[in-house]
Amino acid sequence: MEKLKYALFTGCTAKQSTPEQMMSTMAVAEKLGIELVELTEASCCGASHLQDYDDFLSLVLNARNIAYAEKHGLTMVTICNTCQLNTAMTKHRLDNNEELKAKVNEKLAEVGLEYKGTSDVTHFLYAIIDDFGLDKLKEMVVTPLSQFNIAPFYGCHNIRPSELQNETHKTAENPYNPTSLDDLIIACGGETVDYDEKNKCCGFHVELQAPHTAAVLTGNAIAGAMDGNADWMVTPCPLCHLKLDTQTAHASEAIGREVELPVLHMQQMVGLALGCTPAELGLNHHLAKVDFV
Amino acid sequence: MSTEHKITTQKVNFKVFRFNADEDYLPYYENYDMEVTSEEVVLDILNRIKWDHDGSFSYRRSCRHGICGTCAIKVNGRSTLACKESMNDMVELFGNELVIEPLSKKRAVKDMIIDKGDFWEKHAAVTPYLVADIDENPESENLVSPEDAEKLDEADLCIQCGACHYACPAVEINEDFFGPAAFAAAYRFSADVRDNSTSRLADVNEEKQGVWDCVKCFECAEACPKEINPIGKITKLHQMAFQEGIAKNNVAVRHAVGFKKSIMKNGVLDEGGLVLYSEGPAIVKHIPVAFKMFTKGKIVPPWGITKSQNLDEIQKLVKSSSTVKF
Repeated sequence: MEKLKYALFTGCTAKQSTPEQMMSTMAVAEKLGIELVELTEASCCGASHLQDYDDFLSLVLNARNIAYAEKHGLTMVTICNTCQLNTAMTKHRLDNNEELKAKVNEKLAEVGLEYKGTSDVTHFLYAIIDDFGLDKLKEMVVTPLSQFNIAPFYGCHNIRPSELQNETHKTAENPYNPTSLDDLIIACGGETVDYDEKNKCCGFHVELQAPHTAAVLTGNAIAGAMDGNADWMVTPCPLCHLKLDTQTAHASEAIGREVELPVLHMQQMVGLALGCTPAELGLNHHLAKVDFV
Repeated sequence: MSTEHKITTQKVNFKVFRFNADEDYLPYYENYDMEVTSEEVVLDILNRIKWDHDGSFSYRRSCRHGICGTCAIKVNGRSTLACKESMNDMVELFGNELVIEPLSKKRAVKDMIIDKGDFWEKHAAVTPYLVADIDENPESENLVSPEDAEKLDEADLCIQCGACHYACPAVEINEDFFGPAAFAAAYRFSADVRDNSTSRLADVNEEKQGVWDCVKCFECAEACPKEINPIGKITKLHQMAFQEGIAKNNVAVRHAVGFKKSIMKNGVLDEGGLVLYSEGPAIVKHIPVAFKMFTKGKIVPPWGITKSQNLDEIQKLVKSSSTVKF
């Protein structure tokens, strides 16, 4: 197989509040032989909040990010569900509206760039599943996670709106019964935990303005995984990770029950199965202690 | 080439929510095994449960054409318009074990029938009608151009089924929150060029009840049987608040504006700076968690942020492409 190569859109979180996500992404990519060219010129995607404020500005900035992937001639790979949604949504809108694309390109021309629509946008989770292949991943597992019950937490913006996301990656995800993360857990040798909250919202986007709503959603998610006898949770979204890992005190208070579980990034789980060390994967950066390795 | 249409059958187990508020202390589930044909929709199954198994089974249905919105229920947790949803699709999505439940279990009155009072109260609260001072004896028709009609973005197709409302996790937790259907209605009239309401947009921008408490999970977009995309309307209501100058200087609004400021300064976000800008002095409540994050190496100080390369490009684009002031 030809070596896989992507333009990596890190998003902001991987460089700040989830440094372990960046570390584990690079470690896993190296193990799998995937080359990642970091888009150091990229700006924030707006995280759905800039979109509420100024839609056109958000389109221009996201188009600029994709334009840099196009300059490399590479598919853009994201490592955050919300970055994935905002970037994929921008691409969808521009690729289906010539007038809008022309307006955006008029702005990009001011800085010598052009959005052509030639680069695809996918999440690292789907790059592993669709492009690398789970069968090949299975063959590379050196430390099967067979002693663990692992609760997948999908995160909204990889699975909804399904129409958009299913045109972005080959794995047709059913938002009511998603399977990609479960399949990844099984490929790593773990047991998946089925629970009602696995495809629900973590509450991240209203943490500041509606803290009670956010805390209940977080609490319900962890409680669902605990009731399913999960040893730990795994998510492809750093924003979900932040909610589930750092907000357990608020969540426990909101739902009237002590809840806490280790919450690994998808890359950390794959890295463990591939034989990476806990230090390489940044497992010491979690608030909910990862004490099983 | 044969044009013969082949009808197939398969065995499905239905686990059906049963509850009679007049008689039962707690709800329970009844199992029904049926041979289901590829021609049937979910409403056919509800009919067969009542007609063939238990005449006391209760549900709502009316038009059977997907336009009255009466028969919305949940199948395996998915909001569904029973008369529109094919059984084949349900089995394909969830397999041969299907759980039939009302849209909201906590609002169940009898089996699938729920008290939609909260839904209608919230609908009424957003002034869901045209507010216009129109001459009772106009000299000519009050025409709306096709371009202006386009701006409604099909929000007028909502059938008030409640599928999105009872799929919304924020509605479930926050009883003040208007919910996606009410917001779609608010957008439908706010976007109408003939409308002169001065209060509707302000009402849907109030904290606790308004658009800023939307969790952005896209459940409403998935649930809507008419593909109205309520969260798209919520986003447009956010944008209207800025465009029409009614956005209040609160934590939610500053949080949105803070993204632009941070991108202008660094290209990427300064996450800590964004929280400080959004919360102001109230940021002190985050100190315990922030301290724990700091000890685990999860907080980068402002001077440690890696700015985007070619930041001058980003700054130039923010200046030239911004369409909104706050």
